[in-house]
Amino acid sequence: MFDLELDEEQKMLVDSIDRYTANMVNKAYRDADEEGQLPEDLVKAGWDFGLLPSSIPEEYGGFGEYSAVTGALAMEAFAYGDLALSLSIASPGLVALPIMLAGSEDQKAKYLPSFCVEFPPHVTAALTEPNVLFDPRELTTTAQRCTDGYTLNGVKSYVPMANSADTILIYANENGHTQGFLVPGDSPGLEVGEREKLMGIRALPTYSLSLVDCHVPIENKLGREESLDFDLILNHHRVALGAAAVGLAKAGCVYACDYAKNRVQFGEPIAHRQSIAFMLAEMAIDVDAARLMVWETAWKLDQGEDANREATLMKYFVDQMVLRVADRTVQALGGYGYIREFPAELWLRNARGFATFDGLAIV
Amino acid sequence: MINFSVPEKITNELQMAKMVAEQVMRAKSRYYDEHEHERPWEYINIMWPVLREQNRRQMEKSTNGKGPKREGPGTAILRLVMLVETLSWGDAGQYLCTPDPALGGAAIQAVGTTEQKVRFLSRFTEGDPKWGAMAMTEPGAGSDTSAIRMTAELDVQTNEWILNGEKIFCTNGSLALDESDGLVVIWATVDSSAGRAGMKPFVVEAGTPGVTISKKEEKLGIRASDTASIVFEDARIPFDNILGSPEVQRLDQATTKGFKGAMKTFDTSRPVVAASAMGVARAALEFTKDKLAEEGITVDYTKPQHALTAVERDILEMEARYKAGWLLTLRAASMTDHGRANRLEASMCKAYTGVAATWITQKAVELLGPIGYTQDVLVEKWMRDAKINDIFEGTQQINLLIVARSILGYTRRELK
Repeated sequence: MFDLELDEEQKMLVDSIDRYTANMVNKAYRDADEEGQLPEDLVKAGWDFGLLPSSIPEEYGGFGEYSAVTGALAMEAFAYGDLALSLSIASPGLVALPIMLAGSEDQKAKYLPSFCVEFPPHVTAALTEPNVLFDPRELTTTAQRCTDGYTLNGVKSYVPMANSADTILIYANENGHTQGFLVPGDSPGLEVGEREKLMGIRALPTYSLSLVDCHVPIENKLGREESLDFDLILNHHRVALGAAAVGLAKAGCVYACDYAKNRVQFGEPIAHRQSIAFMLAEMAIDVDAARLMVWETAWKLDQGEDANREATLMKYFVDQMVLRVADRTVQALGGYGYIREFPAELWLRNARGFATFDGLAIV
Repeated sequence: MINFSVPEKITNELQMAKMVAEQVMRAKSRYYDEHEHERPWEYINIMWPVLREQNRRQMEKSTNGKGPKREGPGTAILRLVMLVETLSWGDAGQYLCTPDPALGGAAIQAVGTTEQKVRFLSRFTEGDPKWGAMAMTEPGAGSDTSAIRMTAELDVQTNEWILNGEKIFCTNGSLALDESDGLVVIWATVDSSAGRAGMKPFVVEAGTPGVTISKKEEKLGIRASDTASIVFEDARIPFDNILGSPEVQRLDQATTKGFKGAMKTFDTSRPVVAASAMGVARAALEFTKDKLAEEGITVDYTKPQHALTAVERDILEMEARYKAGWLLTLRAASMTDHGRANRLEASMCKAYTGVAATWITQKAVELLGPIGYTQDVLVEKWMRDAKINDIFEGTQQINLLIVARSILGYTRRELK
């Protein structure tokens, strides 16, 4: 039956992540951004929610089943606390979930159990390329079939924690199709570059990497002989990123309302003025509309339906929404919106990233 | 549990509605746009027997004691907004002429006694087409309903209310009072010193002496829809035509029950208006996409943004705003079905869709170039039709005010 309300289990999940945000994240995220590093115990506590293991079936050591809707709810809640943190917590999923969605039976059996433990393996994924005309469906990184596998060539960017990754899921173009390759971090021909300096998500270390005749055995191609349903993976990525954007925007919205109610000018809170209050109202509507679009896309994916159109419209809407809302958060705070002691400028820097981010999260 | 699936029963009904929209409404869209005060009888005559039967069944239910109560959540409002969206896709002006008790009926259902429900609503279960309407707006009272000046004075000797004043912009006012044996629920004050607390709803039936239709408006769009001014000159109605209690409670003027009862009907009517807006928007969007497709322009949802043309990007933006507005509308509707308070969400969808439909239809006219501006096609009409949704049933600004007060936890005292 049509319903757009969380059930009890989903509410409990979101509530518990909200408590984690209030108790731990709020104290740490600003320093993490300044220092360019997330505290390990914070990431560990986020991982301990067990989101990924609860998405992996019992036969592979997990204790649940995969739901894009539940993932979106969790991602929004984590990003409500901090975007860099949410991306860090979700990073094992960058490899685990594509394997679940598209991996061959032996790949599932080989990799999935390792994600159902206290400390997951260091893994990451490389999709984005440092190219103005970047198109995830027409990558410039190439995969050439050779006698016993594939040869990869190209350059990748925005690869989270690539420097410490044991396995990197690298997406490459094979005859016009985007395919995935599970590449060991120490493969010859794979070189991790300098840490990138980005405008936002500064607490999340990301790297560029280059591939020069990097050889990958045939059994490491995601899905083996099957051609990859890359659209499906991309749509799941977009649900996760969309949900994260909604979480970030919600944080701005809540903060701006609170600020406007307490900031007194001309003898009364600025929220008493329609010019401020209407802006806040539009922000709230923006956030809710975006969330519903994320949920609809996630729900369709969970039903096994084609969601290309929903995912595209959602990503298009959400990318603009999050920037609009974050900008208005800065605006509502006036001069304080520009000061680093306040969170609004951090949210604006992070929000601008969504139009660029693809393949940075999957839940 | 988040679930976007629509019951098959509703999707089947939508198929029927689409046939009516396509074959009956669209066929006459331009005609009724050009013949403003004629009535779309083709549409009315198709709808009336169906609605009359529905009303009859509903009446049976609500009078045999079983009432509207039932186990678990329903889908009545979800069904309603989906039907309204489809009919408005056909023609928003004709849709507004749907012969039904409308907002007047909703007020009677919400606040009326069983006796009143039988006396007033039985007419919608039999005979010829009839209309119900609600009259709130006055020349000096638009969004500010507390400025209503129309008076209802009790004549204790005859036990009748004497109504004096003028109501304007009453949708289906003429159809309800002059052109059928219908009724209008009007708002009048029994004590002008009491502000909102003195305002009460009254049922005025067709044929009441002293009630005249003084004007039928000529409008930018939705020209098939009847928008009437009604003048009341010493119009007498029975005491029992008041809905709710006649008592004036002065304790807390801002939160009186009767007024709140009226405002509560907006929690359903606003999503319905939002749905109508989205129907018009979808009509314009689909037509634009079809026309562009004839020119070889189709939207490829897998293209990266940097590869999109300006036209493709506009289409994407139109579709995204339609989707956002429609989902906000479905959420507000389904909350009512689940018995959840939805005042905030109802205003959110109303504020958003009014703007979205206005923008989408304007964009459609623009994208179709010299074709879009002609009256050979309906896009320019849809643009004129769409704009009303940004205005009636609470303007965009009034709904933003409600949203703002709600998220800030403010009353009218803090946020005017």
